[in-house]
Amino acid sequence: MRKKKLPVLKYFLLILVACVQIYPFFWMLFFSLKDNNQIFSMNVMGLPNPVQWANYTAAVQNGHILQFFFNSTVVTFFAMALTLLLSLMLAYAISRMRWKFGRPLLIIFLLGIMIPAQAIVLPVFLMITRLHLYNTRISLILVYTVITLPVSIYILSAYMRNLPQELEESAALDGADIYRIFFRIITPIVKPAIITVLILNFIGMWNELLLSYILISKTNLLTLTVGLLTMQAKYNTAWGPIGAALVISSFPTVLIYLFLNKHIQESFIMGSVKG
Amino acid sequence: MDRVLGKKSSIAVFVLPGLLIFVAIMVVPILMSVSYSLTQWDGLNAQEFVGLDNFIALVRDNYDNFLVTVRNTSLIALLTILVQIPLGLILALVLADGIKGEGFFRTVYFTPVVVSATVVGQLFLKIYNPDYGLLNVILGKLGLASLQRAWLGETTTALIALLIPIVWQYIGQQMLLFYAGIKSISPEILESAEIDGANKWQRATKITLPLIAPMIEVCITLGIVGSIKLFDLSFILTKNGEPLGTTRLQTGLMYKQIFEYGKYGMGSATAILIVLQCLLVTLLIQRLFKKRRL
Repeated sequence: MRKKKLPVLKYFLLILVACVQIYPFFWMLFFSLKDNNQIFSMNVMGLPNPVQWANYTAAVQNGHILQFFFNSTVVTFFAMALTLLLSLMLAYAISRMRWKFGRPLLIIFLLGIMIPAQAIVLPVFLMITRLHLYNTRISLILVYTVITLPVSIYILSAYMRNLPQELEESAALDGADIYRIFFRIITPIVKPAIITVLILNFIGMWNELLLSYILISKTNLLTLTVGLLTMQAKYNTAWGPIGAALVISSFPTVLIYLFLNKHIQESFIMGSVKG
Repeated sequence: MDRVLGKKSSIAVFVLPGLLIFVAIMVVPILMSVSYSLTQWDGLNAQEFVGLDNFIALVRDNYDNFLVTVRNTSLIALLTILVQIPLGLILALVLADGIKGEGFFRTVYFTPVVVSATVVGQLFLKIYNPDYGLLNVILGKLGLASLQRAWLGETTTALIALLIPIVWQYIGQQMLLFYAGIKSISPEILESAEIDGANKWQRATKITLPLIAPMIEVCITLGIVGSIKLFDLSFILTKNGEPLGTTRLQTGLMYKQIFEYGKYGMGSATAILIVLQCLLVTLLIQRLFKKRRL
């Protein structure tokens, strides 16, 4: 008897938690497809009926949501690319090249993991303003790169350290120089670690709010997180378009999560468990 | 080999670009923050060196109600430890037990982590909406209309209303880390314990828990440091401390001091205190867990 009862209890708990974790997103999806009449009185919790696509048109036409989406895409893409290149090179120098300062350099970057962004907000804001980079995408790209560099280096160098020494030895015997070894041999081998770094940085950068809020104020340059806040202020009582904007802005991370959930979970484990 | 891997010029090519922008945008700004924190400065007039006065004002004289923000941050950290971690651990233990659909549940629980705090914050603004929000609607349907209230607007409920989305969003992360820790225990250990007659509870407390101690350390550190660093959700949900500053966190105070009050020196001191707490907590927890292992 007891053996049969236990799983029921377990499933009850698991399903209850699952509903609590996921229903708010469905509620958001639902109200993004409802008109005010449904949202506020007739049908607060259930499926939208009839479906109101007009909210999405409103979010796109009046809310600049596509512009924000484009800005987030550009900033995230270039910052990810720059972070990847720089962290690959630094991780390689730290874990494979023969010099005295590899270890101290790694420790400096590991300390960087523990520093919260708040510590640099004001000096970075002043510096960016003084260099006339306020309200430019390049400022955000540079700052995002620096913020994500430490964890990226940590993950890549941990992976590279375990590669056999013969990789470089045989390549060098064949006459390959260091750049060829790095780009043609090492980089392809560390692909799993690269994917981890890309996933973590994509989610982190796409969702970043504070620095973006501080460094950019021009509407046509805002990223999604900040853009959503301006929309919220403008559409305080029209929930439909806000819901549509929320759905559109979470779409990329959730979509990628649906397809790569195993990978993404592993990446978060790697990113959290540092030495 | 040293000829290739030890060549000074190629090391410079690999290290310098990344190191330079790291120094320019991370190391130098941290040092600048430290130096600002020792001054009285409004960003317009000259900086005036005041030594540790800003820190003393904050900590001893409760300047800008600093101590309220410390209390709020601590409360959030404490509840993270007391609610999020045990719940995450229980979920992980149940899931790692080889239950059907474990991958599905894991994926569902983790979903909020990949969504931005901005979206989660706005979503909870709607959930808490006094007139049309999900929470009050559900309470109404359950016949509990007397409990309906403006959750984020009243001093008695605002802090707890801020805390719930924090626990909700990151519980999946804790669950996942515990789950990974449990899965890395070799099944033979647990099997041999089972053969020796240890029941489920004994196996969980005597074998699984001690073996995942490093993971527990990571989770507690993440929970506390995450609470100290938390900004986005409180910025959106309670506008950095509404009502009347009762829910303000240290990060929110720092933001206000710098970008609203124009107190650059004081705001930098608050920022430095945030950093020091993060470092201190990390070291303390490390120390604590090392001792237990000996």
